[in-house]
Amino acid sequence: MAFKIIASQCTQCGACEFECPSGAIKFKGETYVIDPKKCTECEGTFETQQCASVCPVSKTCVPA
Amino acid sequence: MSAPMISLQGLSGTTVFDQSPARAKSGGCASSSCGSSAKPHEMDSAVWEKIKDHPCFSEEAHHYFARMHVAVAPACNIQCNYCNRKYDCANESRPGVVSERLTPDQALRKVIGVANEVPQLSVLGIAGPGDACYDWKNTKATFQRVAKEIGDIKLCISTNGLALPDRVAELAEMNVDHVTITINMVDPRIGAKIYPWIFYGNRRYTGVEAATILHERQMSGLEMLTARGILTKINSVMIPGVNDEHLIEVNKWVKERGAFLHNVMPLISDPAHGTHYGLSGQRGPKAMELKALQDRLEGGAKLMRHCRQCRADAVGLLGEDRGQEFTLDRLPDKVTYDASKRETYRAVVARERGDRLAAKSEALGMVKTAGSGKSLLVAVATKGGGRINEHFGHAKEFQVYEASPKGISFVGHRKVEQYCLGGRAEDKSLDGVISTLEGVDIVLCARIGNCPEDRLKEGGIRATEAYGYDYIETAIGALYAAEFGSEPLAATA
Ligand code: SF4
Ligand code: SF4
Ligand code: SF4
Repeated sequence: MAFKIIASQCTQCGACEFECPSGAIKFKGETYVIDPKKCTECEGTFETQQCASVCPVSKTCVPA
Repeated sequence: MSAPMISLQGLSGTTVFDQSPARAKSGGCASSSCGSSAKPHEMDSAVWEKIKDHPCFSEEAHHYFARMHVAVAPACNIQCNYCNRKYDCANESRPGVVSERLTPDQALRKVIGVANEVPQLSVLGIAGPGDACYDWKNTKATFQRVAKEIGDIKLCISTNGLALPDRVAELAEMNVDHVTITINMVDPRIGAKIYPWIFYGNRRYTGVEAATILHERQMSGLEMLTARGILTKINSVMIPGVNDEHLIEVNKWVKERGAFLHNVMPLISDPAHGTHYGLSGQRGPKAMELKALQDRLEGGAKLMRHCRQCRADAVGLLGEDRGQEFTLDRLPDKVTYDASKRETYRAVVARERGDRLAAKSEALGMVKTAGSGKSLLVAVATKGGGRINEHFGHAKEFQVYEASPKGISFVGHRKVEQYCLGGRAEDKSLDGVISTLEGVDIVLCARIGNCPEDRLKEGGIRATEAYGYDYIETAIGALYAAEFGSEPLAATA
């Protein structure tokens, strides 16, 4: 399972990138994207998904 | 003795200090209360050295020096109800809004480009959108690169305070000697109405719990900065019905913890900005409400009254924004720093400043000898240098001064829509100007046409160009004496 970013809502602030414990988030082209192969949904590391907890726009980092 | 004729037109582009001989005379300062803002003789010299070229920290310096902000740190760790990070519109000027976000390398190019063209530049700030202490990697890289190239530029940051305690040691190492913390509450129950959430310790907190953590971090950050001798300015957003009364308490707390300046700013809430407050109909305060609160705070932590709530990437003197001249696409690919303009400018300012200070103390003498208990609210059109040197119709803002038996002090500015656009006078905007100037007795400007002068008079506001190109305080002193003095003095010596 993995998370994804709804690109049209993203403000490109980059907060999710540096909070992601798996290094799954990168800036690609015009927007931030989550690499589903790397995303662990933060399981075993944090109680909540870091990207979703720090993102300023609700429903932007969501289950893929 | 008259002040030297100095034209910095060629140097500064937009700011001309002196277009006619100053009519000010010098005199000894007999008063220990020259205005309410920081003056050299009322503070210790180490502090004065730190703020004297900083337009945001010193009211006196804001007439001479310029700041620029670079938006390199867009990530933030809290949410404020007055902020919407989803939209930033290039046509707006308000805090947190930028037209371009930069990488540290782009920021360096821009800072050098501006330093070469704007000799008034003295401060580089990193503020919103985002939090400079949270988005630390970008902030630090930018400061390090710039400090290496331009050794004498002052570095400062704005922060919400949540991550601040973790950064104080590094800030001190990098010689950052000014920090602004936005503190809107000391009571977490009020905080819960301003901050829907914070992200801290790898999780999101909401409600009173979130506000409690934020409050504790803000207070400890402030104390740590004070302990290291780093000057702190506190910004508070005045939100009517939410924290307006409470800001009196905030002022007390921050003063006790060593804050140097307290800047109470009006909430900006327009539904078009898409912020929570904008959408929920929370209103911002009126100019006179803001002034009333600031007056009640007098005597607590020193108040800042000259804040322009500038765009997060503003460039230039406070009250002007030349940011559009320095967007990345207008800068050369390769820039090299040339210190000569900034050095020449500083030498001129040093002289001009001394003259203005002398003129000011003489003006104060005039207000005192007038022996009147009354106060006078004066709006001034200026484009810098501490002089009345702007045309009424060209002014984008008026600086408001109050003359009273206590002295002459700057009390704030009022932004207006320019009345003269491209040579054509707009009647509609004149109505707006008149209502913005509510409460003001007299407008001083370099030039004004008969028609707007008459219209202002109908609105109960007098306007005159009689003091054009004088120092602001000199003119106000003469005006006050003429209005209230027992023997009217000549307007100028
Ligand atoms: S859910 Fe966790 S691991 Fe997956 S992208 Fe978000 S922060 Fe990274
Ligand atoms: S935190 Fe949200 S808004 Fe910011 S870059 Fe990530 S997805 Fe975009
Ligand atoms: S701290 Fe600044 S960027 Fe963050 S939400 Fe508040 S106003 Fe916006």
